[in-house]
This record gives sequence, structure tokens and C-alpha cells, in this order.
Amino acid sequence: MIFDIPIQAFLGQLLIGLINGSFYAMLSLGLAIIFGLLRVINFAHGAQYMMGAFAGYLLLATFGIGYWPALILAPLIVGLASAVIERLMLSRLYNLDHLYGLLFTFGLALVIEGTFRYYYGSSGQPYAVPSALAGGYNLGFMFLPKYRGWVVLASLLVCLGTWLLIEKTKLGSYLRAATENPTLVRAFGINVPLLLTFTYGLGAGLAGLAGILAAPVYQVSPLMGSNLIIVVFAVVVVGGMGSILGAVITGYLLGLLEGLTKVFYPEASNIVIFVVMAIVLLIRPAGLMGKEA
Amino acid sequence: MTDPTPLLRVRELNAWYGEGHALHGIDLDVHEGETVTLLGRNGVGKTTTLRAIMGIIRKRTGSVSFAGRNMMQVPLHRTAHAGMGFVPEERGIFASLSVDENLHLPPVVAKGGMSVKEIYRLFPNLEERRHSPGTKLSGGEQQMLAIARILRTGARLLLLDEPTEGLAPVIVQRIGEVLVTLKKRGMTILLVEQNFRFASKVADRFYVIDHGRVIDDFDAGQLPDRMGRLHEALGV
Repeated sequence: MIFDIPIQAFLGQLLIGLINGSFYAMLSLGLAIIFGLLRVINFAHGAQYMMGAFAGYLLLATFGIGYWPALILAPLIVGLASAVIERLMLSRLYNLDHLYGLLFTFGLALVIEGTFRYYYGSSGQPYAVPSALAGGYNLGFMFLPKYRGWVVLASLLVCLGTWLLIEKTKLGSYLRAATENPTLVRAFGINVPLLLTFTYGLGAGLAGLAGILAAPVYQVSPLMGSNLIIVVFAVVVVGGMGSILGAVITGYLLGLLEGLTKVFYPEASNIVIFVVMAIVLLIRPAGLMGKEA
Repeated sequence: MTDPTPLLRVRELNAWYGEGHALHGIDLDVHEGETVTLLGRNGVGKTTTLRAIMGIIRKRTGSVSFAGRNMMQVPLHRTAHAGMGFVPEERGIFASLSVDENLHLPPVVAKGGMSVKEIYRLFPNLEERRHSPGTKLSGGEQQMLAIARILRTGARLLLLDEPTEGLAPVIVQRIGEVLVTLKKRGMTILLVEQNFRFASKVADRFYVIDHGRVIDDFDAGQLPDRMGRLHEALGV
């Protein structure tokens, strides 16, 4: 017992917090990458997350393709579809104020979600946990479902892999340089427009990957993204716009904070992240790990 | 100027910043192996000329041909691959990249560029600091890095914008030595320079620019005769 709270309840909420935090981290990572290079606040990120979950669901329902191949295919499908949208539409707005990119992706999210709702309705479709990850472990003080442990592990691997890609590879050095000075990088002979398309596809693909990971945890529904994305935007604001490390760390921390709030003061659990966001905006507008403008 | 086809040939080059008409018909030639310097007061269009030749300024008319190829319709990210290397006035060293990453950023566009080994022999300071973030270097080291990263690419023409600006005399001298070394290797250089003494030591030929036009051009040998007029034009 801690403060009259049973330890099981405490650890259970901590685990739920960690799982939510895993999704916040993956989603805010994609948003931060897109914002860093494209300066676009990608409001379609929630829709792309939903598309990832639906891609997994439809691959199974239509072609009988199971979870493990879908884990690769769903992010690829979402990433490629988003890259096409960037090339054909979003890229035409870069010369304008950043507000237009935000409005475009907001509209895009409404169109995508509306289309899925028209065909699949608002109610969720179940997506079974893969058999290899069914069941769980009895840790003595609590029961850990295997799949939830896998989500936390997968999210850590995705965040670490993306960080390595950006910080330690040649491609990552192009991304970092183009974030600082795209014109000069282009003058050096690097195809920056293609790099922007790739980056948008990468960010959206990360959202799609989060979506397929989420499918067995939450249900697959057209609005699953819009419920989540507002929280993720708060995470990005707290972490600092464009800060990749800030997005990831803040994602996990705020997930845990949300879980803890459910234990100690459940009434505030839905708003605690936004309270933190408001405080951070007042005290440190650039975010906890963002560069002061 | 016996060579009939210059490496870089610019005719009637006009350029605009938004509505501002900055260049009013620049004509100039740079021959293979030559070092040509653009002289002129602040704000007369020297930097704009380099940026318009490179294609960073897209609002431009006239003609730029490089190695016989019309460059006017070539997209900016293909210009470097034709063999033009650009060193901007602000140096453009990336803060989020290490010295080594900055050096390796521009892709190799042709054979004949310097190896990293040769570059570090030419700039020993850079090797010592290869793992530091690019902008932690001193101004002089940043300028050397900005030049060094183009040397790796095998570019035939170096567009060099005010390499000595704001640097201590001993560093200016060092950069002068580097340019002389490059000339010996056969590099073609188009230099914008306010430091007339520095330019007079490295350049083979000069163009004087005023109000977005070329108002004079002469060889290094004619320099003593021109000093009077030049002082007037440059306001020095």
C-alpha cells in the first residue's frame, strides 16, 4: 500500500501510462520530424495513425495477411500514400505561410476520417492479438499481458532506431542540415524536395506503425486518431516543437504522469497533460527541450 | 583571353529580389584555371551576382553557361553536379553537424576532388576538431571548413564569397595561401572580395561592379595603371 492505494492498482495504472506514453512518444516523434524539416504542423497525423490500424485490419480481412507482415506493410502503405499526397498537394504550399500547411493537413484529416467513417461506421472493429503474444506473465504483484510488454519494447526500439537514423547516418546529416538551411543544402547538390517527400512519408509511416501496434490494444475505428492526436499535440508543445529527443522523452513522461493521476486523483486524469501544457507555455514557451526562439 | 570558350560565360544577367531589380545585365567570362575577382562597394550586387550564377536566386534572366551547358533551366540541386561549388558569404556551417559531417555533406560530383586526407593536410586544425559541432569552430576555421567541403566534391569552379570578411590578418594570409595552392592545382575561382590587397595577390583578372552592372574589367598586370580610377570606384 502506498498512500492507501493498493500496489496492484498503482502498478497497473503505471503500466497503462507507460503504454499510452509509448504511443504518445511514437506519434510525437513523427510530428517533430515533419515539423523540423517541413515546418508543417501535420494535423493529419491522427488520421495516418488510424490508417495504419485500418491497413492492418484490411490486410487481414481482405487478404488474410496477419499481424507480423502487417507490421511492415501497414507503415509502408501509410508512408507511401502520404508521400504521394505531399508530392502532389502539400509541396505546393511551402511558399506560403505555414498556416496553409496546417489548414491543408487539418482538411485532409477530416476527409480521410470521413471517408473511413462512411465505409466502416464509427464503431470499432476488433483486431486480435497475435497468437505468439497472447497471454501474459504473472509478475506476482500484477499481471502483465505479453502484448502490452511488446508495445512498450517496440516503441522503445522504434524511437531509438529513428534517433540513430537522424543522428548517426548520412541521410540523417542531410535531414539535420536541410532543417537548418535548405537552400544551401540544395546548392550543394542534394535533392531537398525529394528529402521533404521522404521525411513526410517517414513521419506518416511512424504514425502508421503506431496505428498497427495499437490495433490489438484499442479497437480499430475511424476516429481513434482524432481522440489521440490532441493529446499528442500537447506532448509536442511540452517537449518543444521540432525537438526529437524532447518529443520522445515527454511522450513517455506525460503517459506516466497521466497514469499516476488516475491513481491519485482520477478526476484530473483527462486534463493533467493539458494543465502541464498550459504551465509550460506560460513559463517556457519554446518547450522543455526546444531551443528558445 | 585566347581561349574562345570560357568555362563560365555570363551574358545580360538580370536578377530580382522580390520586386527589387538587383542586377542590370552582368556580362562576364571566367576561363579554365583562372582566378577572377569581382570588386565593388557594399551593396552593388557582387554577392547577388554569385547567387544568381549559382541559381540560388531564381528570379533571373539572361544567360549563364557553364562548360558549354546552359544553366538557366537547371534546378538548384543539379547545379552542383555540373561542377559549380558554392561557398556562401555567411559560410553556412551547420550547427547540428560535426566538422566531419559538415565536410562530408556535399556529394562528390566529379573525380579529381581532394581526398579527406589531403584536405586535413591542408587544414590541420579541422582534423583536430573533426568531432566538434561545426559552429564551435572559430570564424577562420569555419571559413576553411566552408572551402574544404567544396574541395572534396571535385567541383571545377569555386564561387567564393568574401572569404576574408571579419577575419584576423594571419588567417587572411592563410586563406590566401590556400587559394594559391588551389590555383596551382588548376582550380577555377570566381571570388567576391572587399579586401582589395588580398584580391590583388590572388586574382588574374578583375571586374568592377557598380549598381548591378560591370563598369570596368582588367588583367592583374594592368592593376598599377588603374589604381586611381579604382580608388574612385571603390571609394577607398
